[in-house]
Amino acid sequence: MGTSISRTTNVIVNVFLIVLVLLCLLPIVLVLSVSFTDETSLLNQGYSFFPGKFSIEPYRFLMETNLSGILNAYKITIFNTVVGTLLTLLMVALYAYPLSRRDLKYNNFFTFFLYFTMLFGGGMVPWYLVCTQVLGLKDSIWAMILPSIFNGFFVFVMRTFYKSTIPIEVLESAKIDGAGEYRIFFQLVLPLSLPAIATIAIFTAVGFWNDYWLPLMLINDPKLSNLQYMIYRIMTNIQAIREYSQDASGIATSLANAPSEGIRMAMAMITMGPIVLIYPFLQKYFVKGLTIGAIKG
Amino acid sequence: MSKATGEMVANGLIQGTKAESKQRKKGFFFEMRRHGALYSMFIPGAIFLLIFAYLPMVGLVIPFKYITYSNSFWSTLFDSEWVGFYNFEFFWDSPDLYRIMRNTIGYNVINIVLGLVIAVSVAIALNEIRNRKSAKTYQTIMFMPYFLSWVIVGYLAYAFLSPNGFINMGILKPFGIEEISFYTDPKYWPFILIFFAHWKGTGYGVIIYLAAIAGQDQSLYEAAAIDGASRGQQIRKIMIPLLKPMMIILTILAVGGIFSSDFGLFYNVPLNQGVLKETTDVINTYVYNALMSSGDISLSAAVGLFQSVLGFFMVVGVNWIAGKIDPESKLF
Repeated sequence: MGTSISRTTNVIVNVFLIVLVLLCLLPIVLVLSVSFTDETSLLNQGYSFFPGKFSIEPYRFLMETNLSGILNAYKITIFNTVVGTLLTLLMVALYAYPLSRRDLKYNNFFTFFLYFTMLFGGGMVPWYLVCTQVLGLKDSIWAMILPSIFNGFFVFVMRTFYKSTIPIEVLESAKIDGAGEYRIFFQLVLPLSLPAIATIAIFTAVGFWNDYWLPLMLINDPKLSNLQYMIYRIMTNIQAIREYSQDASGIATSLANAPSEGIRMAMAMITMGPIVLIYPFLQKYFVKGLTIGAIKG
Repeated sequence: MSKATGEMVANGLIQGTKAESKQRKKGFFFEMRRHGALYSMFIPGAIFLLIFAYLPMVGLVIPFKYITYSNSFWSTLFDSEWVGFYNFEFFWDSPDLYRIMRNTIGYNVINIVLGLVIAVSVAIALNEIRNRKSAKTYQTIMFMPYFLSWVIVGYLAYAFLSPNGFINMGILKPFGIEEISFYTDPKYWPFILIFFAHWKGTGYGVIIYLAAIAGQDQSLYEAAAIDGASRGQQIRKIMIPLLKPMMIILTILAVGGIFSSDFGLFYNVPLNQGVLKETTDVINTYVYNALMSSGDISLSAAVGLFQSVLGFFMVVGVNWIAGKIDPESKLF
């Protein structure tokens, strides 16, 4: 019966998919392996999937000289992610709610006011001048949060969700019972919208966690570097690692014989490790969210 | 992210516009008294848009000026000298124009086509394999790169491409082939950039199409099976034709973004090496480097405006075409 592919085709398709899966995994495995390889064997044999000589030296070096710098970068990243995500959710959910109400006269104006910004922008230069000269965000922790706390795409996703899942009768009966709009919003609408909020929250959180762009534009102070920006700077120049170490004078001498190639890759592992580890648990919400928004019924 | 959410907006906007037909014939103050609380919910978002989207639009005068930096936004903008279209002419006559336009459009076209082919074929493959558990595992792993930042992808690429990297030391050296200096030779980069674009993005596209396949009417397949159609025939005659409208619309919408590139890919993976410019410089990186490296604010802004205007017409045009094909998918 023609309900599934034949046994041979099944094998071929599986092989094809396994090759793709390996392509996805191998770069990560390579970095992991390099980060555990002895520096001299790295220099002699190059990067390889099997450490020539196993070593935890890069991690030991980082723990000894850069622990506080790494923890600080983690702290900044976590702060940005948590605060940024909460603010984004609040802003998006608030703007989308009145848009979803059919009885507002000026809805079209506010739709256009948002939509136009998604079609056309002033560009990077004026944006940069606004951030630095009007808002004074240069070298402020808010530089990595405020410019990203609103997103037109999410507003329209949210509005669609409100419209399609919140029964108008619920809103009306709440109103008859004398509830104000804010009370209805926070106590009725938001709890009913949790699936959409969860999806937007994960997207936003990953965006904040992976952000290197805002610090690249607006942060110079190493103490304000988030994880991505820290490893970005270390990639560009391994010497930058000094700016993230406990004691700048001591490391200046020891960096000469430090396992610098291994350190780089260990840094990469320390940064992506948590994401790779929690990803399998978050994945299903992501998939659900993508399919809520993207596929028409 | 914009690709990630493009279709969601499409969906959001479509459903939004239908309901706004009946309006009250009452004045502004009546409306405010009645729905003031609701309107106040617009305030935080509206302030954000005013500051981060509309205020920068005042800066559209920058390309037409010779900017001398001063401490305040307004005096930077308005105390500088007007130079008319000088910055545009400069850009128009420079060899950079051809290079960044070719790279931007070229990579986008290749990636749109390749992205479609890969996503659809992998989605079909995942849908067809017999063991559902391995399908789930494959899908999970393929989606993972989507969650890594471009900086990390830059590290992964470096592990393969550096002089000590796997390709040079692990593959070329054992075969006695001369070392390749990837970070100084532009000719390899089209392949590298295209590879990593799909390395990171494939899982996303696969999920979209996989969900679309799952949503298809199963009775069509059952009927075809009863009539003796093989699974291969069903895929060719039922599954792919049913996916076609979605493939067309998503492609058309992607074409709307043809003048802008993923900055992270083109900036972080080649490590912003100047010598690689020939094949790695796109409009977005050019604008960034003009502003942050060479400090040529006016030129950077001119190219940025050029890109914004082209992008605007592209999106509007593409939307018009999408609407002609499938009114449901129209953005506005």
